[in-house]
Amino acid sequence: MDTKALPQEKLLVMSGMVKTFPGVKALRGVSLELSKGETLALLGENGAGKSTLIKILAGALQPDSGEIFVKGRQLRMKSPADSRRAGIAVIHQEFALVNGLTACENIFLGKPLHTCSVIHLKKENAGARELLEKLGADFDPRTPCSQLSVAQRQIVEIAKALSDKASILILDEPTAALTPRETNRLFILLDQLRNNGMGIIYVSHRLDEVFAISNRVQVLRDGAEVAATLTNGTTQTQVISWMVGREINQGRDFKKASKGEILLEALRLKNGTKVRDVSLEVHEGEILGLTGLVGSGRTEVLRIIAGADIPESGELALEGARLELRHPSDAIRKGIFFLTEDRKGQGLFLERPVHENFSIASLFRFAFLGLINLFRETQAFLAHRDSMGIKASSPLAKIVNLSGGNQQKVLLARWLERKGRVFLLDEPTRGVDVGAKEEIHHLLRKLAAEGNAILVVSSELPEVLAICDRILVMHEGRVKGEIMDVNIATQEQIMGLAIQ
Amino acid sequence: MKNNLAGKISGWLAGRGMLLVLLLLAVFLGFATLADQNPNDAEAGTALAKTLGQSNGGNKNILIVVRPSEEDSLFAQAVETEVLKQKGVVAGIVRGSPSDARASLERLQKEGVKLDAIACNHFTAGWSIFENMGVKFPGLGDVKIVEPVSYRWPNFLKRENLMNIVNQIAVIAILAVGMTFVILTGGIDLSVGAMIAFSAVLVARLIRDFGGGVDATVTALIVSSLATIGVCALMGMFSGVMVACFSIPSFIATLAMMLIAGGLAYLISDGQSIDRIPESFMWLGRGSTVMRIPVAVVLTAVIYLIAHIAMTRTIFGRYVYAVGGNREAARLSGVSVLGVLVLVYTVSGALAGLGGIVMASQLKSGAPTYGHMYELYVIAAVVVGGTSLAGGEGKITGTLIGALILAVIQNGMNLLGFDSNMQKCILGGVLILAILLDGSRLKLSR
Repeated sequence: MDTKALPQEKLLVMSGMVKTFPGVKALRGVSLELSKGETLALLGENGAGKSTLIKILAGALQPDSGEIFVKGRQLRMKSPADSRRAGIAVIHQEFALVNGLTACENIFLGKPLHTCSVIHLKKENAGARELLEKLGADFDPRTPCSQLSVAQRQIVEIAKALSDKASILILDEPTAALTPRETNRLFILLDQLRNNGMGIIYVSHRLDEVFAISNRVQVLRDGAEVAATLTNGTTQTQVISWMVGREINQGRDFKKASKGEILLEALRLKNGTKVRDVSLEVHEGEILGLTGLVGSGRTEVLRIIAGADIPESGELALEGARLELRHPSDAIRKGIFFLTEDRKGQGLFLERPVHENFSIASLFRFAFLGLINLFRETQAFLAHRDSMGIKASSPLAKIVNLSGGNQQKVLLARWLERKGRVFLLDEPTRGVDVGAKEEIHHLLRKLAAEGNAILVVSSELPEVLAICDRILVMHEGRVKGEIMDVNIATQEQIMGLAIQ
Repeated sequence: MKNNLAGKISGWLAGRGMLLVLLLLAVFLGFATLADQNPNDAEAGTALAKTLGQSNGGNKNILIVVRPSEEDSLFAQAVETEVLKQKGVVAGIVRGSPSDARASLERLQKEGVKLDAIACNHFTAGWSIFENMGVKFPGLGDVKIVEPVSYRWPNFLKRENLMNIVNQIAVIAILAVGMTFVILTGGIDLSVGAMIAFSAVLVARLIRDFGGGVDATVTALIVSSLATIGVCALMGMFSGVMVACFSIPSFIATLAMMLIAGGLAYLISDGQSIDRIPESFMWLGRGSTVMRIPVAVVLTAVIYLIAHIAMTRTIFGRYVYAVGGNREAARLSGVSVLGVLVLVYTVSGALAGLGGIVMASQLKSGAPTYGHMYELYVIAAVVVGGTSLAGGEGKITGTLIGALILAVIQNGMNLLGFDSNMQKCILGGVLILAILLDGSRLKLSR
């Protein structure tokens, strides 16, 4: 491990961490070091052990064995409160903020400035304002959190960590819901915090970001440490091969599918402030990318085409015939399928078995007079499991126990079983590890080659450029640009259209 | 490996904690209600006569002595029939007091009859008149006093008691099926208690006014019952539409329906109990089928079987779990969420209607006071059975176990002689204990 060139003062040392869950060895003796003024990127596919390691640091899990030293003192953290007291702040993908309270109240939650239980509102507000200004935020600390954007809420979380006097900041996929501009601002902020001596552990699937922000990377695979090195001493290809144990070609390696007739048409869709004026058409055998900043109305367009939202005005047509959609089932009957970006919130039945999650949209195929033939249902699932490489111990396992990539594959299998024409995929590879991502891309190409029309929303520009035949860029509810030839397009070009 | 095993064991327990509680309760009550059992029914009479016939040849001359109760006469009749079948002679049957027995014995002695045995039950065998027979009535010969063999067996585990438990809980158990569906979708149905009263009164009124009262035909009874169930289903459907289409919280929608149904029950019956109902109507609530199994028990079992298949094997069941587990995911998968919601409240209403009819049949009348607070017992049964009030998680078999636990606790306290107010307190405590026990198991398995 090459750490000699780094600042010597060790903020955090974890050694020999072992954690076993029933049936799974999540960590097999992982060590980790973090110095003052350093950003460490923690990488690994889903299920590699990153989350377990972070949960241990957050005090939410206790390791079976292993030692933790914070600033040279050995600690046994039995609860999240112990972890906070040790100066560790963890910012999860799902924020731990109370939506009904203001930014200020959230920052001082659990440690109010008070005399005899009477809170000094002015003092708190002033303190919160100072913190937020230091972080470059421009909103009033008296704004309720429910009215803040995702990026703003993230800043509130960071402010909360600073007010806790945290010296170690852990961020889990912090940019998953941020626009590129917000991401940039976050990076500037993180650099600032690092320069002030904070130690940062950064968990992300987005390698571009990892290389932009970190000093050092550590890669986990199957609960063991594979590599730890200085960031500028390695390459993305190298890191990916460490993560998956093989080299993956990230480039565009397929020929554009031959474009057929127009399959789906949307004309002047309008719905509220999110979708102001959108017209588009997708051809048979085409993968159309729909990109733009988060909040530019991409998801809302998909929801209208999927029958999930009813637009104020606008028309839809499938193969030239007008479509009247009042319910998602209307769209599904026509073979228009929607994969949501919010897998847990709108896609999965977390507490139900895998096979039920798979078959919910096509039960009639396995049923006679309402009675389900469980054997045929299971057989159908097993066929998809084998062809898609879904890793599930059994069709009866609860889906919540599967990794993100496998959950996503089950959701895709849900629609593949139903056999459709138009696939609307919202962030199909979000929170999915590199290996599964490549497999999903491959699947999309196959679907397109079979003559289906595919509409992909993605915030990851490299992904959009790699898999789409044509790209539409949205900005504030309108289509602002079209990229006909992806082979000569660049990320900068798309970004330019998206920001304007 | 060790971890794995512990995980498996706790996982197994987590799914079956309530079954374990039920078994423990049964074992406890089995010991607590252990008592001498002195059989005094027809079966015991036949058995007694058979043993008499087997000892030193047939052709016996036998006197039967019992108390003047209905149960005792059945016993005496059974003894007589069996003795005659064995080619024996019945010298006489005494149904009365010890003095009647004395008179009878004296008469027989005077007539010079030789008796072989006197067949008694446990109570008459203890009469002092039968002591020293050889001295008191030498003319009768060597007379044996025989009684059925007594044994120790818990009152709780007696066949009649077990049947009684299931019969008593039948109404709550039937309602709990509908409630399970509703709770699985994340709702609640408070109207079922009032719906029992409404249904009981409505069916009684239909039979009295349109079916022909006491002389109503079976067809009239069936038509009245089906009409009542239909009306209750419609009322459930109304709640469902309020919940599904107008997004009124189920608590409020069904609270309103509870008031409406409760009020209607009084209006329909003028606040009186309606009892001009034919005897044949009681078949449902008090009749029995093969092997003396009560009709209500068979009905409940059939409903649970259908509900279990519906929840595990049908599209309807999948949709109920889907709507309760993740409503938006269900909608985006093409499930008609509104349809499923309306359907579960309709089923709950229909089953509440059926429950009311069973109760009217058990009590041979319909009164607006029936089913008071039943919704709470029904909810308790569902929750004790492991169904999550948040929806999406739970099983029909769990609800059956929950209903049985409530019934067993109530029955056990009756057998042990607690008064009804004390019973309520204990029931409340047991409810909390049961839920705590299940919760700790779940944590253990995580």
